[in-house]
Amino acid sequence: MLDAAAIEKLTGIVAAAQAAPHTIAKLTDDYPGMTVADSYAVQDALLARWQAEGRVLAGYKAGLTSKAKMDQMGVSEPSFGLLMADTIDADGGIIPTGKLIHPRAEAEIAFVMKDELAGAAVSIGDVIAATDFVQPALEIIDSRFEKFKFDLVSVIADNGSSARFLLGGRPRRPQELDLRTIGILLERNGEVAAMASSGAVLGHPARAVQMLVAWLHARGRTLPAGSIVLTGGATEAIPVTKGDAIAARFQDMGGISVRMER
Amino acid sequence: MTRTLEQAAVERHGDELYDAFLNRTTVPNLRDRVAGITITDAYHIQAHFVERRVRAGEAIVGKKIGVTSRAIQEAIGVFEPDFGQLTSAMAFEDGAAIDLDSLIQPRAEAEIAFVLKRDLKGPGITATDVLRATDHVRTCFEIVDSRICGWDIKIEDTVADNASCGVYVLGEDKADPRDVDLTLAGLLVERDGEAVASGVGAAVQGSPLNSVAWLANRLGQLGIPFRAGEVILSGSLGPLLPVSDGGLLVATIGGVGSCSINFRRGGVHA
Repeated sequence: MLDAAAIEKLTGIVAAAQAAPHTIAKLTDDYPGMTVADSYAVQDALLARWQAEGRVLAGYKAGLTSKAKMDQMGVSEPSFGLLMADTIDADGGIIPTGKLIHPRAEAEIAFVMKDELAGAAVSIGDVIAATDFVQPALEIIDSRFEKFKFDLVSVIADNGSSARFLLGGRPRRPQELDLRTIGILLERNGEVAAMASSGAVLGHPARAVQMLVAWLHARGRTLPAGSIVLTGGATEAIPVTKGDAIAARFQDMGGISVRMER
Repeated sequence: MTRTLEQAAVERHGDELYDAFLNRTTVPNLRDRVAGITITDAYHIQAHFVERRVRAGEAIVGKKIGVTSRAIQEAIGVFEPDFGQLTSAMAFEDGAAIDLDSLIQPRAEAEIAFVLKRDLKGPGITATDVLRATDHVRTCFEIVDSRICGWDIKIEDTVADNASCGVYVLGEDKADPRDVDLTLAGLLVERDGEAVASGVGAAVQGSPLNSVAWLANRLGQLGIPFRAGEVILSGSLGPLLPVSDGGLLVATIGGVGSCSINFRRGGVHA
């Protein structure tokens, strides 16, 4: 466990990299003993800084939610990150690229919560009941680490590579869908670049919300009403660049599209 | 594509595959030992292999379409699908127990099965024609199996071997294809309750409807009838799954339904 001074120093490094932007070396290069708990301490400190600047927490993102990514990182549960309200873009709009380094896009299902959820062991049914609606989402992730190369500890401290995101398409009541089998096509400049079924996320994307609530509870927190939860890329993340048109189609949930600023 | 093999050679290779099927053994791949074999030759060998099964009392009940994903096409070195013939002895009911020892080197794939209400006669068949001629679609497991040693197949080998058909299971749920976006139909496969694979309809030739239209047109070229009531397995939505550990596999396809299969080893009468 790192001391407060080390956490503060690492927070400064990540905050500066996200604001500038520029790439940095893996945090574990200088702090080989750093743990996942340290990384979440960095996230807490980032949130405190950002809120002091007037930025607003809109919700949470889950990452490493597919079996392939978990196996790759050697973990058995997702990672979580913060979603800030000023990183939301509009369906049909433009993603600002001035602060992006080597962005990638992934398609996933977003949950928008109607009721607060709290506790160590909420069920999938509890998650569904507390959800206002689910909606297609595109997430632009962008690692602040060189060449997108990182380890688990470093990527969590970098707020799970969070950069920009948008919700769009058709909002649906989760009770009306089988959220395990929503087919998703992710297109770049009109060509299919990735495809997936929503069940690629932990068998059911509500499981990401369930695990998020348990994780928040362990840290003495809850998932407030109104929160947005990105449940993690169902598709792989595809590289995108300035000027690209990105679109995704979701079975029975419509489509969502955005363009990367030139 | 032309035929190069004499009828005697076609029958010899078809008989050899039929014997391998009967005895649950394998033969070396054909491409390395049958000089100049073409895809057309391979379809003739397939026809003889299937004819042997029909002569032994099986009926032809439909077709399967294979090699429908980009990844498999690249692995096998072709850029169009292939097809095989389904027989009555291959059909199992939803939830059936299947004895792994009754097969040679089985693997499972989850697909959308089409059941036609009208004949489809190519050429000129489009996805729209397929929608209009389809009675219903169902979730299906195809258990592919290869009579070729070690699954060492290129297109000529698998076509001759009846497109690696093993057995298939149709789910009980039926859906009207006019109610479903099959391109965006997501697949989840669970083994003993744990998610093990996923996929999507678009992986099949862009849409399973395109795959069935391709088959209608290909059969039209060959003068093979494509009849109302036939079952068409349109191609795998996801990866090939190993089944050697047994277990209960359940496939669910969005808007279509579920299908399950219970693999056992020994003690089950297949």
